[in-house]
Amino acid sequence: MTIETALPNPAATRTGRGIPPALFVFALLAAVPFVSTWLGTSYYMTLFSRIMILGMAAIGLNLILGFGGLVSLGHALYIGVGAYAVGILSRYGIVDLGAHLAFMLALVVPVACGIGWVSLRTRGLGFIMITMAFGQMFYFLAVSLKIYGGDEGLVIQARSLITGRGLLETPAAFYGLVLALLAATAWIVHTLTRSPFGLVLSGARQSEQRMRTLGYPLLRYRLAAYVISAVIAGLAGCLLADLTLFASPEYMSWTQSGTLVAMIVLGGLGTTVGPLVGAIVLLLLEEVLSSRTDHWLVIVGPTIVAIVLFASRGLYGALASGRGSEP
Amino acid sequence: MKRSTAAAGILLGLMTSAAHADISIGFLATMSGPQGVLGQDMYDGFMLGIELAGGKLGGQKVTVIKEDDQSKPDVATQAVTKLIQKDRVPIIVGVTASNIMMAVHQRVTGSGTFLVGTVAGPTPVTGANCSENFFSTSWNNDSLHEAMGAYVTSTGYKKVLAIAPNIQAGTDAVNGFRRFYKTPLADEIYAQWNQADYSSEIGAIQSSRPDAVYAFLPGGMGINFVKQYQQAGLLGVIPLVTTSTIDGTTLPALKTLAVGAVTGGSYSPDLKNEANTQFVAGFKAKYGRLPSLYAAQSYDAARLLDSALAKVGGDVGKKPEFRKAMLQADFASVGGTFRFNTNHFPIRDYYRIDVEKDAQGQAAFVTKMTVLKDHADAYVAQCPLKD
Amino acid sequence: MSAQFLVSQMLNGLQFGVFLYLMAAGLTLVLGVMNFVNLAHGSLFMVGAYIAAASFERSESFAVALLGAVVGTGLLGLLLHGTLLARLQQAGHLKQVLATFGLTLFFNELVRIVWGPSSLYMQLPDALSGTVAVFGITYPAYRLAIVGAGVLVAIGLWLLVHRTRIGMLIRAGATNRDAVETLGVNINALNAAVFVLGAALAGFAGGVAAPLLSVQSGMGDPILILTLVVIVLGGIGSSKGAFQAAIFVALVDAAGRTFIPLILRSLMDRSLANAAGPAVASMLIYCVMAIILAVRPGGLFAARGR
Repeated sequence: MTIETALPNPAATRTGRGIPPALFVFALLAAVPFVSTWLGTSYYMTLFSRIMILGMAAIGLNLILGFGGLVSLGHALYIGVGAYAVGILSRYGIVDLGAHLAFMLALVVPVACGIGWVSLRTRGLGFIMITMAFGQMFYFLAVSLKIYGGDEGLVIQARSLITGRGLLETPAAFYGLVLALLAATAWIVHTLTRSPFGLVLSGARQSEQRMRTLGYPLLRYRLAAYVISAVIAGLAGCLLADLTLFASPEYMSWTQSGTLVAMIVLGGLGTTVGPLVGAIVLLLLEEVLSSRTDHWLVIVGPTIVAIVLFASRGLYGALASGRGSEP
Repeated sequence: MKRSTAAAGILLGLMTSAAHADISIGFLATMSGPQGVLGQDMYDGFMLGIELAGGKLGGQKVTVIKEDDQSKPDVATQAVTKLIQKDRVPIIVGVTASNIMMAVHQRVTGSGTFLVGTVAGPTPVTGANCSENFFSTSWNNDSLHEAMGAYVTSTGYKKVLAIAPNIQAGTDAVNGFRRFYKTPLADEIYAQWNQADYSSEIGAIQSSRPDAVYAFLPGGMGINFVKQYQQAGLLGVIPLVTTSTIDGTTLPALKTLAVGAVTGGSYSPDLKNEANTQFVAGFKAKYGRLPSLYAAQSYDAARLLDSALAKVGGDVGKKPEFRKAMLQADFASVGGTFRFNTNHFPIRDYYRIDVEKDAQGQAAFVTKMTVLKDHADAYVAQCPLKD
Repeated sequence: MSAQFLVSQMLNGLQFGVFLYLMAAGLTLVLGVMNFVNLAHGSLFMVGAYIAAASFERSESFAVALLGAVVGTGLLGLLLHGTLLARLQQAGHLKQVLATFGLTLFFNELVRIVWGPSSLYMQLPDALSGTVAVFGITYPAYRLAIVGAGVLVAIGLWLLVHRTRIGMLIRAGATNRDAVETLGVNINALNAAVFVLGAALAGFAGGVAAPLLSVQSGMGDPILILTLVVIVLGGIGSSKGAFQAAIFVALVDAAGRTFIPLILRSLMDRSLANAAGPAVASMLIYCVMAIILAVRPGGLFAARGR
């Protein structure tokens, strides 16, 4: 069995039961600023901002990975590009969020078109390797750009301004923006996967031959999906730069790409919100464990293995479909 | 609900204002992954410093809150946010890697929290972006290499080849070296980060036959390079001068393979001063190994904080007084002479430390000479702070 | 640039290539026969190196160390396959990637817990610690021994796969597992045997590398990436392709590190070349791989019919 046939048909999980769990997740996220303030600190808003940002990137990647069946191990490169877009413009005094986002698009779209077009000529393990190769290339490129800090990274003086005002300065305001963009991203991906566009993508994952026989120009569909998922990752990168006030080549390392894949599989491949749940679980686990012991990876590793073995639908996938895990 | 919340709040307030009985100090380092050995040394050194002072710094009982940055800047920013916003520590100590320092420096110092760096010293933090809330018990990244540049100049070697990793610290290393070694270098080789096999680079060294090789290859890279250099028969034939390549954390993996190499640094376990004798004995007794420079400088941080906290009666809230107390550096550093420059980086001595066989036939660090005495870094003029 | 320099760089490429082949052989066997992506191969390499270093410390004998590495890692492979990985046989590449990635995290931390965070000490065997005069240069004897060992392994594997009954079963199982099962062959036992062989090869590579490299947590990760590059270029499942691709990758890597800076320095000013050289060198193998895959997705040295 290959990835093509192992995934659930999105139509099947899209029952009335599929919606409440997603709303529940968003309700929890919306409650975080209030809980955090009640606890007397803004820390939890910072923690969950980062979780949501990576969850957003994972949701975007899932468009091509879960629905399209294309395993990209180089997607973190777009997070990096988004972060550097903010960092570079800020360095030259351009601090408006709109300008940052526009610059991100101007960088991500052509790069994604180029990389996507080349990569989509391969399949299976070849696709995994070639996307990882491109990720590594951009990582080393960022390390070499000493003018923008190289491996020591690029410090950003302040968060992006909205129409010239520092509306994002407070943790709560920034959190609200991230949450809103996350919800918008999830909704866009949700709609896309249920649209004719998404069905072609899913169909191609299940049987490429069938779709080609029906006359669909698969490369165009897949490339479009790839670019959209890249833009989502780029957006996540812009937000990450604003959160940490830093841009670094580490944001595009292949281990970061691997972590995104882990979040998707842990949460649920065939679901929209699954990757977000995967991000929440994985990063919270990391947070809790690393404060208990320096050897926390010895627990995270087997946990990932256990989830892959025993919760094949992913944590959220199992919830959403209403059934228990299947072998 | 409101009444019990208020009661809890009052109680909390009472508890915290009752005494400056407890001071929380944050500790940020790379504790996991391949670089974890450095963070472990830093933590061990710092904790020993507190222990040898009776579990207190400046008369105050200390709780150390340790955070692992996993060598990732976004994790590091999150960790310091936790320390500042949730644990509300007034002081953060540590920081292993330069890129982590760049990620957290502004966030920590800008929030009014004091940052005591015990290892990383990237140039921006030393110069243009210096901060009054930052203190280093370490060095500017260039300084170690300046010392070795001075040393190599004194040897009269004419044809020197430098090898460093292709990162900012690597470029800084070669620049720092060249600042004090004026003869043009025969070659500069920038190897890949975490490169395993150096046969190509060693082949290039063999064919160019320099008088000496200057190497800056931290961690596993250093172990790989020195092992392979020795196996190619070059160690002892072409002198190897290194910085941060063969140190307390890597010598145990090299043992006698490294004998004959010359290293440069701010610390060696055999330095003859009272503070160091006490430190090494205590470290060996508690941890069963000799301390590295990472442990030593973190130990120094504990002793520095001890002296400064004592001067302000444990009240870090008195910030101008605390800063002044810190700047006095009224403690005995295990590395020898120590005082702060206007940019809050130390003016200190740098040594030539050879790797030799000791009486038991084991490889050991032997300090040969002081290369640069009371050396200040090259970027202090760029720092707007005036004392 | 002298002939000596060229010869030594060629030899470097050859010995590093042979080392990569030792890693790639096991991985491509497992991938080709079992259709199983084993990212924990790097961890098996690391465990092999650790066992070798630890055994050497006890026994002072390199032969014992190497044997210990091979047997120990083989047993570990058997354990992993039996308890965990056999269940993922049908789960598809993505889940195999993720589970073995989790195993890598686990092993990287486990070796730190068992053997401490510092790197372990290991030295060359005395018999091979000198240099040999070859083609007009002096070259480390040990590295030449690696070349010899690699060639022997390549021949051994070829003989195994093409000249023995079990090799025939392996080839048959890769082509049509159902037919083989119908014939009464225990395909699970066969898969386990292949996995153990792959693990033993990784352990051997680890034992061989231990005197040369820093034996530390995560040492397998950069090697794994290069190994994956080799396999993809060599064609999945092809041992012969793996050999050719390994030499190719090692030569490209060596060329990137030595010749590119030289070339750049002749084209542009020194400081620019010093900045651009390492950047290009680091990206070179990935650029080459991307180009090759774009043009020939099956790999450069892919065996026909696979």
